[in-house]
Amino acid sequence: MLQPPQLASDLQHAVEDAAAHLYVWALKDIPQDLRDALSDARHRETSVPGKRVLETIHRNINVADSEKNLVCQDTGIAVYHAKVGEHFPLHPARIYEALRDGTARATIEHPLRSNAVHTLTRENTGPNIGYRLPIVHWEFALDSDELDLKCVPKGSGSENMSFLKMLNPADGVKGVKQFVLESIVGAGGKPCPPGIVGVGIGGSADYAMALAKDAIMRPIGTRNPDPIVAELEDELLDLLNETGIGPMGLGGDVTVLNCHIEHADTHMTLNPVAVNYQCWAARRASAHIGADGSIDYDNAV
Amino acid sequence: MATHTLTFPVTDENEILKLRAGDEVIVQGHIIGIRDRTQIRIFDQGVEPPLDLRGAFLLHTAPGVRKLDDGRYEKVCIGTTTSARMVRFTEGLGSQYGVRAICGKGGFPDEAIEPMRALGMVYFAIVGGAAALETTQIEEIEEVLWEELMPECLWKFRVKDFGPLTVGIDAHGNSLYHDVQARAQDKLKELYARL
Repeated sequence: MLQPPQLASDLQHAVEDAAAHLYVWALKDIPQDLRDALSDARHRETSVPGKRVLETIHRNINVADSEKNLVCQDTGIAVYHAKVGEHFPLHPARIYEALRDGTARATIEHPLRSNAVHTLTRENTGPNIGYRLPIVHWEFALDSDELDLKCVPKGSGSENMSFLKMLNPADGVKGVKQFVLESIVGAGGKPCPPGIVGVGIGGSADYAMALAKDAIMRPIGTRNPDPIVAELEDELLDLLNETGIGPMGLGGDVTVLNCHIEHADTHMTLNPVAVNYQCWAARRASAHIGADGSIDYDNAV
Repeated sequence: MATHTLTFPVTDENEILKLRAGDEVIVQGHIIGIRDRTQIRIFDQGVEPPLDLRGAFLLHTAPGVRKLDDGRYEKVCIGTTTSARMVRFTEGLGSQYGVRAICGKGGFPDEAIEPMRALGMVYFAIVGGAAALETTQIEEIEEVLWEELMPECLWKFRVKDFGPLTVGIDAHGNSLYHDVQARAQDKLKELYARL
């Protein structure tokens, strides 16, 4: 079905507006679920350097609110999650164009530090956009005419602490647990703990890592709908906090705020596990965009 | 674990030697912002830095700034990057230029312990990501050198009550990172046995 050109163009502008707003909003105003988790961590931590770190994080969030400044200077790599309803009247190719334009506009207008470079020459490629930037995770929904859009600006300090291992099936769940534990201990203070450990299991090598990224995009403490996976999330959370790495790797009780797992069924010969770390400044902002271009901002999802 | 206030650049070595891993430090005076490309230029390309680094406090940063019409820079958001990438410059910064303190996030690996002990240097841990607060503690960007490396220039900041920082590695061979990692490796053995 061909859309009337004016409607499609208006809708594309709405998506661009939403992207520009979400990028800046995510960088400045962290979601309530994260504030609660950090507050809980601050009351739970007993080590002196660990408490000092969590107190400073608390002060920092308040200063970001009062000064209307960015929580963290790393404006990240712009990552979006787009869940497109089958009846949403704008093609994903145009949605992508709108996300790119919105990211660039926010970067120029604020202004935001631009981090995008060519991966070989290291030359800047534009206002946080470039070849295949921003990055979009796509999902499609039946019986819907809406677009659910989420922006997760991903800082490099935590993204650098990403790990993949193709375990043997015989390594089992024990192998998965060991790999997650050794990854987080090895990362130490570098990914700005305490944050969210995203784990992707199953699928293929590339899909496991994409699932790990999807896992860090979830509101903190949510659980996988599959009870077996949810149980593993709880167990890993407790195990990770026994390692003593602590806030900013200075030692303490709170090494991670939570552990989220996304999974996919896999080949009988495969047992992939991927870890993607999200720092304590787990920035995230969302919007629902209607078929008529209405935008409902909501960072609780 | 004591609390200290230090003014940089330091002229008295004892100001550094009195610090112990785990102590809290608040910094006044002037600090110098550097990053990967700044140090690659100094050490790999052999270009002398155009300012005196004796007694200096170096911060691992790539600031977000706004350029004003008169050519000066105004702060937008200034935070700290991961230090571990830049550990190989530690010895040279101390022995060739007299740097006394390096501040960043996430810590230095063990290879920094010996040069810091030998040269009377310390590593200060800042809270990564706490840039909104850090920005308020930087009073002014006084100088920007090597502007062509933007944002990885040499930055001279005047600071007030910068911190709180934690002494991560002291000048006596102690490293919190080493200790935390050693304990965690022991703990992992115990956890694996339970799985």
